[in-house]
Amino acid sequence: MIAALTNPRAFMRFSRWAAPTLGAIATVLGAAGLWLDFAARPDYQQGYTVHIMFIHVPAAWMSLFVYGCLGVASFLGLVFRHALADAAARAAAPLGAGFTLLALATGSLWGRPMWGTWWVWDARLTSVLVLFLFYLGYMALDAAIDDEARASRACAILALVGLINLPIVHYSVVWWNTLHQGSSVFRADGPAMPLSYLAPLLTLTLAYMAAFGALWLVRIRSEVWRRRAGVLALRAAG
Amino acid sequence: MTGFGVLLRRELALSWGGGGGPLLALAFYAAIATLLPLAMGPEPARLAAIAPGSAWLALALASLLSLERLFERDFEDGALDLLALGPAPLELAAFAKCLAQWITAGAPLAVLAPIVAISLGAPTGLAPMIGLTALIGGIGFSFCGGIGAALSLGSRRGGVLIAVIVLPLFAPPVIFGAGAIDAYAAGLDWKTGLMLLSAYSLAALALGPFAMAAACRNALS
Repeated sequence: MIAALTNPRAFMRFSRWAAPTLGAIATVLGAAGLWLDFAARPDYQQGYTVHIMFIHVPAAWMSLFVYGCLGVASFLGLVFRHALADAAARAAAPLGAGFTLLALATGSLWGRPMWGTWWVWDARLTSVLVLFLFYLGYMALDAAIDDEARASRACAILALVGLINLPIVHYSVVWWNTLHQGSSVFRADGPAMPLSYLAPLLTLTLAYMAAFGALWLVRIRSEVWRRRAGVLALRAAG
Repeated sequence: MTGFGVLLRRELALSWGGGGGPLLALAFYAAIATLLPLAMGPEPARLAAIAPGSAWLALALASLLSLERLFERDFEDGALDLLALGPAPLELAAFAKCLAQWITAGAPLAVLAPIVAISLGAPTGLAPMIGLTALIGGIGFSFCGGIGAALSLGSRRGGVLIAVIVLPLFAPPVIFGAGAIDAYAAGLDWKTGLMLLSAYSLAALALGPFAMAAACRNALS
């Protein structure tokens, strides 16, 4: 299926109905997830703030998942020089940055009542922050180079460098944090999550994924339209 | 190998001739170190606590300075085209550029780093450790920074763009370097940090030139 979609025309045909379908799935799952979320009992320790977790945890997962998509698309664009893969990689970056920002913001809102502080230089928080900075750098590089093909390839190289660097960042901040302080107090390994919490979490994760898929397809589609418009304008100019 | 020698000698001559050598980075480093007590307050106890860490942070910032001209100058006057067409692979040219960058900026900064840290109040016994980590970390800074410099070729926002791209890459060496110094000061196991820092620098040394050459070819295409 992926091979067939590398043809822009086939991709446009596919995404024409796939994007709205994914959007509808995201809406239904999102509504169901939120309903399950608010139906869940407040946690005995976290109280009502546990509801933030259902928004926060899927966003944090998505921030990494989107980077994975970006990396795969960049690799395909770099190796096979495929314009659609380039467009896919560049279209994914602002979405990933959005999910990362959502994860950071909701985490901060949850941290204030639960940890008593907006921000802690904990290993996880720091590596997500570096991921966010990385998305910003990627978008800045994309915006700074005028030539489209050149910008895509430069961005693809940066994405692959980041793919190598991000695990190193992750393990380095874990090492750094454990060297300075045992901050595992923040990660109380409670008993396995009850179903009433697991259900909204997984539902909302699927909703996030569907929403990302829909928005990603829409962004790639608009990129294809933009290029077609550019070609037509050139042709009209003679 | 002679080709590499010629490339390296050219880069060294260019940076001494045109860019004033390490003077700019050293002056910047000294200026940051001067502003630090002004911002943090002059109490020796407070300054001493942050001295090694801030010496390392300033080092990372100072090594960003000369990156902008690393490829840009050759890109503008067409020398990069000649290097790409020449018999030596572009990877080798990128390697020579970063090595020259380390020799002219990284190594002098590594000499200055212990002086800065001690002037901020770090114990004198830390000086060799600070110099050693700065010397090793400088390799990582040069070769990672070179990737940012090569990627931003052809954009008109060189300097700031390089900083935005490169600073997330600098997170691990800053952690390892400052961590090794901290551990050494506290009498803990500092070899782990030093070895991780060396591993990062060696990985940058080995992989960086390929990314830089790919980025240069892309900018030239």
